[in-house]
Amino acid sequence: MFWKDAALFFPILLEGLRLTVIVTLASLLLSTALGLVWALMRVSGIKALAFFAQCAVNVIRGIPIIVQLFYIYFVLPELGITFTAMQAAIIGLGIAYSAYQSENFRAGIEAIDHGQIEAAQSLGMGWAMMMRRVIVPQAVKIVLPPYGNTMIMMLKDSSQASTITVAELAMKGQMLASSTFKNSTVFTLVALLYLVMSVPLILFVGWLERRSKKS
Amino acid sequence: MTTPVIELIDVHKHFGSNHVLRGINATIAKGEVVCIIGPSGSGKSTILRCVNGLEAYDGGEVRVDGIRVDRSAPSITSIRTHVSMVFQRFNLFPHRTALENVIEGPVFVKREPRESALVRGRELLARVGLADKEDARPAQLSGGQMQRVAIARALAMQPNAILFDEPTSALDPELVGEVLAVMRTLAEEGMTMAVVTHEMGFAREVADRVLFIDGGVIVEAGPAKQLLTEPQHPRTQDFLRRVLRPI
Repeated sequence: MFWKDAALFFPILLEGLRLTVIVTLASLLLSTALGLVWALMRVSGIKALAFFAQCAVNVIRGIPIIVQLFYIYFVLPELGITFTAMQAAIIGLGIAYSAYQSENFRAGIEAIDHGQIEAAQSLGMGWAMMMRRVIVPQAVKIVLPPYGNTMIMMLKDSSQASTITVAELAMKGQMLASSTFKNSTVFTLVALLYLVMSVPLILFVGWLERRSKKS
Repeated sequence: MTTPVIELIDVHKHFGSNHVLRGINATIAKGEVVCIIGPSGSGKSTILRCVNGLEAYDGGEVRVDGIRVDRSAPSITSIRTHVSMVFQRFNLFPHRTALENVIEGPVFVKREPRESALVRGRELLARVGLADKEDARPAQLSGGQMQRVAIARALAMQPNAILFDEPTSALDPELVGEVLAVMRTLAEEGMTMAVVTHEMGFAREVADRVLFIDGGVIVEAGPAKQLLTEPQHPRTQDFLRRVLRPI
């Protein structure tokens, strides 16, 4: 019975899975880029930039992701800025997670020994070159394990896109369940699909952590 | 008279309310080796750090090759390529090999072609006795080897002077000699050097002049042998007594 239903539901859920993957990857990209911008502003040594970034990160951190999604999808159109549900989901999750990414990146950058900065400066490097050649390459190693964890959280939080009508995996499941009343089959499948995507990431993070401990 | 490589004119520096440099006047001419000695916290390292702009000073003037050192001016980059620095804790880039550490400045700051920088980088590593270590990461090297790579990195910039900030203080005693030997060779080849050090033997044999700093002022300055063997000022005498006979 389960297997028969599962075979029937699986292709429908795969459509949702496709959107889940797209939302996750796109918002991961956006949150990484934006998070790096916040972090670099914080450590730039320019007070106005650092203050602005700190305020932005605190505002973003202080508002639930779901409210940010509602804001982008329902409020911005009133100001003449309209996004499709997919765009709004990617932008919303990207911005929301940029705050966590930036804190992680900043911690990584600040963990670099101050002597590295002095060595770079004494070679005549400017700020941008020092970041690119000396600081960021070393910070990446420190930042990677928590970055992997963020990826896992984003994969699961992509389900919040369902609240603004993106028919991703969780939403597809809900729609299937409410139309067929096969709650246990549908949600078991949904849970398994999330797990199948998460477990490789979890193993990857574990490997990164072991590797960073070794070096 | 030619322009001195390094000039300090009535240099003052505060760390908060702490007045660490109280009017330092000194010049270092081309080819001169000057050792700066004094108790810890006396401001020795701060002097070096003001010369290449790692630290700002708040009174007087520091000049390198006649150009005023100003951390916020664009000229600071060229000043830093004129005077290299060797640090107490080496500060090698741990994610790069010995050779990559040496060519980093020439290739990325001075925009030298990679091929010629590599050739010169290998020569410099050979000169500090580390020809066989070009592919080693800093973590695979001993302290003495790391400091010699750091000296090669400083030389790779083809500087007019090198500042040494307690280059042997972080080393195990048996590794001090190999670093001092490299520095001695540099001095013999005519490199202009300012060396903050506790190695009185090195200062006596290699330095042209010695500055004794205490409490942010130059208490006594003079030719190395004279200052170290017949110090005039009681504070210099007292310091040397404690350093040379610590027990």
